[in-house]
Amino acid sequence: MNVLQDQLGGFGATYRRELSAYFATPMAYVFLAVFLLALGVFTWEAGRFFDTGSADLSTFFVWHPWLYMIFLPALAMRLWADERSAGTDELLLSLPLGMPGLVLGKLCAAWTVAAVGLVLTFPMWITVNFLGEPDNAAILLTYLVSLLMAGAYLSIGSAVSALTGSQVTAFVISVVIAFAFTAAGWPIVLSTVKNLFGPATADLVAQFSFLTQFEGAQRGVLEFRAVMFFLGFTAFWAVLNGLWASRQRLG
Amino acid sequence: MLDIRNLEKTFNAKRAVQGVSFTLEKGTVLGFLGPNGAGKSTTMRMIAGVLEPDSGDALIDGKSIVENRRAAQAALGYLPEGAPLYDDMTPPEFLTFMAAARKIERGQRKDAVERAIADARINTVSGQKIGSLSKGYRRRVGLAGAILHDPPVLLLDEPTDGLDPNQKRAVRALIARMAPQKAILISTHTLTEVPAMCTRAIVVDRGRIVADGTPDELARKSEDGTLESAFTRLTDQAEANAE
Repeated sequence: MNVLQDQLGGFGATYRRELSAYFATPMAYVFLAVFLLALGVFTWEAGRFFDTGSADLSTFFVWHPWLYMIFLPALAMRLWADERSAGTDELLLSLPLGMPGLVLGKLCAAWTVAAVGLVLTFPMWITVNFLGEPDNAAILLTYLVSLLMAGAYLSIGSAVSALTGSQVTAFVISVVIAFAFTAAGWPIVLSTVKNLFGPATADLVAQFSFLTQFEGAQRGVLEFRAVMFFLGFTAFWAVLNGLWASRQRLG
Repeated sequence: MLDIRNLEKTFNAKRAVQGVSFTLEKGTVLGFLGPNGAGKSTTMRMIAGVLEPDSGDALIDGKSIVENRRAAQAALGYLPEGAPLYDDMTPPEFLTFMAAARKIERGQRKDAVERAIADARINTVSGQKIGSLSKGYRRRVGLAGAILHDPPVLLLDEPTDGLDPNQKRAVRALIARMAPQKAILISTHTLTEVPAMCTRAIVVDRGRIVADGTPDELARKSEDGTLESAFTRLTDQAEANAE
């Protein structure tokens, strides 16, 4: 218990500091506005929300992985890179805090901003309820799994951000990694892998794809496997994040 | 209160710090002098637990920075070189964050923050974002962050660098007020400040200690009796010996 307290000691302070940093600058507002705009455009225009003729949000949720892939690295890129370029990492590392608390505090602050973004999509939910009688329990479930998926994308961005002092570099590398984990479930990619390495390899690749893991939730089915995947993925990258941030101490 | 034991650090091929040892008692203000690149900041960063030493140890109030990092860091106030701060916060917001990170009890945070603001004389800029403050005020906000939890050991890396004479005097006065209760290590390359601020001085060059004594004793090591020529002689000599 004491060890846990010791390691997670900085969580609260870090979380509040990072969350206020998002809202003290235009960062969070710009992110939320553009994210919501993009989600709206894709759902209504590209997804042809009205033409599907059914009262559900599938044309809305289908875009989540793709938009997260671009937007969430942008949200996470400053978490560590900014500390390094401003020199405040020196201050942070001199405080009697455990690395797990710092990593999780930062990650959860970005996650909270992403959650606010999701909550602000409530007009979509009101619209489908106005148009018909959707399965609201299923919609809620899809939202929750989507939020877990957002954490997984953010954990990539945060970890990569600890590797560099440049936010732009962090963003580009994170998007590439996020793209790899998203596109791995794309039919085009999967059929190519199948042709080259056989169906077993294609299956394995698909297991690590966010698209595949999110598929069940999109249909309103709660898959324990997918929940464990996103939580495990986030935990894995959070550990990498801690290791990469600790490298600073070695000089 | 501060016990430095044979600290060493090598970056790639460069041996930045090569076996630095000294001890510091309560009530001492130690000036840590040396040319740029002599290893002053590297030594301070190792004592602060920001950088892991290759070998050696630093005991802060009896706690090892290597074995028991967080306990040692809790007994230390550190002002890093250039006083890096979060520009998007106001000084009270920043100090409240530091108080929470320092695990000061929730009920006492406000008092601690107010006391640090008064001690560092930054109450006039409380409403401004740190990013908009002048260099002098930034230093003082950094200093307020370092003394917030009233640590027994203070580590100040160039606290007066880039300040105007009035600001320097204010910082010196603050250090003098705190001196009797604490062990204070100050790195500087502004030699004129040393006699006014420090009771003892250590000169480092190329990662080694080349002189240790009161500012007067150091000054006597030169022909004309000034600290500046003593400094030049000590650090030049070390350079000559190395070649």
